[in-house]
Amino acid sequence: MTVTLFIPCFVDLCYPQVGVSMVRILEKLGHKVVCPDEPACCGQPAFNTGYWDESRAVAEKVLDQLKDAEVVAIASGSCGAMMKVFYPELFAGSKHEAAAKALAPKCYEFSDFLVSKLGVTDLGARFPHKVTFHDGCHGLRELHIKDAPRRLMAQVRDLELVEMKETVCCGFGGTFSAKFPAISTAMGDVKISLAEETHAEYIVSNDSSCLMHIQGLLDRQRKPIKTIHLAEILVQS
Amino acid sequence: MSAPAVQFHHDADRLATDLRHRELVHTALSKYEVKRDEMKARFQDWQGARALAAATKRKAISQLDRHLEQLARGLEARGTKVHWASNGRQACAIIVGIIKARNARLVVKSKAMTAEEIHLNEALEHAGFEVVETDLGEFIVQLRGEAPYHIVFPAMHLVRGEIRDTFATKLHDAPSDNPEELTMVARRVLRQKYVEADVGITGANFAVAETGMVSVTENEGNARLTAALPKTMITLLGIEKIVPRLEDLALFLPMLATVGAGQLISGYNTMYGGPRQPGEADGPEEFHVVLLDNNRTALLADAEQREALHCIRCGACLNVCPIFRNVGGHTYGTTYPGPIGGVITPHLRGLQDWKHLSYASSLCGACTEACPVKIDLHHHLLQNRRNSAAAKPSWWQKTAFKFFVPVANRRGLWKLVTRGGRLGQRLHPLIKGSRLDPAYCWTKTRELPPVAKQTFKEWWRQRK
Repeated sequence: MTVTLFIPCFVDLCYPQVGVSMVRILEKLGHKVVCPDEPACCGQPAFNTGYWDESRAVAEKVLDQLKDAEVVAIASGSCGAMMKVFYPELFAGSKHEAAAKALAPKCYEFSDFLVSKLGVTDLGARFPHKVTFHDGCHGLRELHIKDAPRRLMAQVRDLELVEMKETVCCGFGGTFSAKFPAISTAMGDVKISLAEETHAEYIVSNDSSCLMHIQGLLDRQRKPIKTIHLAEILVQS
Repeated sequence: MSAPAVQFHHDADRLATDLRHRELVHTALSKYEVKRDEMKARFQDWQGARALAAATKRKAISQLDRHLEQLARGLEARGTKVHWASNGRQACAIIVGIIKARNARLVVKSKAMTAEEIHLNEALEHAGFEVVETDLGEFIVQLRGEAPYHIVFPAMHLVRGEIRDTFATKLHDAPSDNPEELTMVARRVLRQKYVEADVGITGANFAVAETGMVSVTENEGNARLTAALPKTMITLLGIEKIVPRLEDLALFLPMLATVGAGQLISGYNTMYGGPRQPGEADGPEEFHVVLLDNNRTALLADAEQREALHCIRCGACLNVCPIFRNVGGHTYGTTYPGPIGGVITPHLRGLQDWKHLSYASSLCGACTEACPVKIDLHHHLLQNRRNSAAAKPSWWQKTAFKFFVPVANRRGLWKLVTRGGRLGQRLHPLIKGSRLDPAYCWTKTRELPPVAKQTFKEWWRQRK
């Protein structure tokens, strides 16, 4: 299968290892990986802030670049939700509606892609650490992905998963984190407390945007718990 | 920024860092969560119940005109006087008029968020009447001169010591901070008021079109006393409270109790269809029902968001909302806080003044998942954002996103941004965390992730 990667802007700039891990995993599974050089973003920041014209201008480029893709694997549940759930709404009634509707079913968040589309759960990975898992809200509630990352982690050798007591947002929320920094920080602190209660060494997620927020708080507070994207674990042996 | 937005930001900044407040809300809600989940599990099929509730409300709202006429006919047939108020000012004037005509002085009132919405108490006090809230939580916040903190738990933000102090100052009677003793103090005060009151005002949780009755749910019996003892009863309700059939309550009453308070069914559920009928032993001599629009029909005209009228005011979305849990109810500065408030307040009170409530959400969707009548709350927040930006864009955001489009779409510009990011990162420590820092809103409490030495796209191109 030829898998087209969508690497979101912040993953490209700050977390290239997530994309690299995805490429290595997919190639190890025998798939051909392609990745369009453009565009850099799915258009969600403008969409969530209410500037749908500007969002469409970015999203049109995505539609164009991905129009021939067989399947699209996305490094973030949030961008995945944008493309799968919100593009059809964003383009409703426009000339790109059909393209948006055609793209949506081809889009998969990466863990969901491995489990649901490829039927793979065991990648032969080993990660001898105690971890907890953070469900990015868009992956969880827009894409309804809860089991896929857990099934993948269950097959990782020597990995111990301890769930947090509550499933709650980390407080990132894109531009929300800049518009309401105090609330966003309070939410992140609640998340970190929940993670600390598990005594995990790592907070794992399938969404780098949440991890960017959590790690930003951890770094400032000089806390020892670390964040890591699921793909980075699955590539380890 | 509008005045309500300034107030919201100010109070949110304060409360978000108030660890005592955070703990208080957490403790109060954690008990509720256990009971709620226990009661939800008693439903054979909770998701099926939600789907049925949503479908029932959709039917009720899509034929709202017909259902309201049916309700009014049923009520009037039993001698009820039905009043139609197109806004809060009219509703207040109608109610003040009824009370004046009876030469009344004292009004007892059971909990009604609709009355908060139209500032009824202020209107009544302004007209010279004494108004006493009889729901214990409402009674406490009224004594303190505060608005209800939560749709269902008005005094959730208070600990018993604060309630004791309030009673000591206002009632000069606070034997201890024992909840039972404090309740007995309130009870003694309130019992006297019921007997003396000339008029009782209640809200309603549902209105049954089929039978022409309003349904009032409560746990303290205070609404029954408010309705039964004074000679005149007035019920104020929003027109969206309608359900088509009596049997719909078989679903809605346990549902409201479950998600609202973690109860199988509320303590008292009473239907009112009219004043005391011939041969009946008790009940008011006169019964008035005031049906309030207050921009609800404007929301009804909005095909995209009219399902917000399905809301049964259970508060479930507040309880799961991480924003509500960190900033509390008063921060919202309006009657309906939390996700439902963020959706409907811009419709009820003006989009541009209240759009900040639609932005004050991480769009996590916990509210939508919790809503018993399946209102797509967090997507409606997005629609409010879109509508507000389309009607009145912020020049700097518009400029920023206009600039962002070519950057995101063109490889050359994105490369430039990558290099700029690396350069900016080297200079950033000079201003980081200061007011000169363009990323101050982030860096005040968080570190920025470093730009990678080699970005993914750089790696990919090199590899190819």
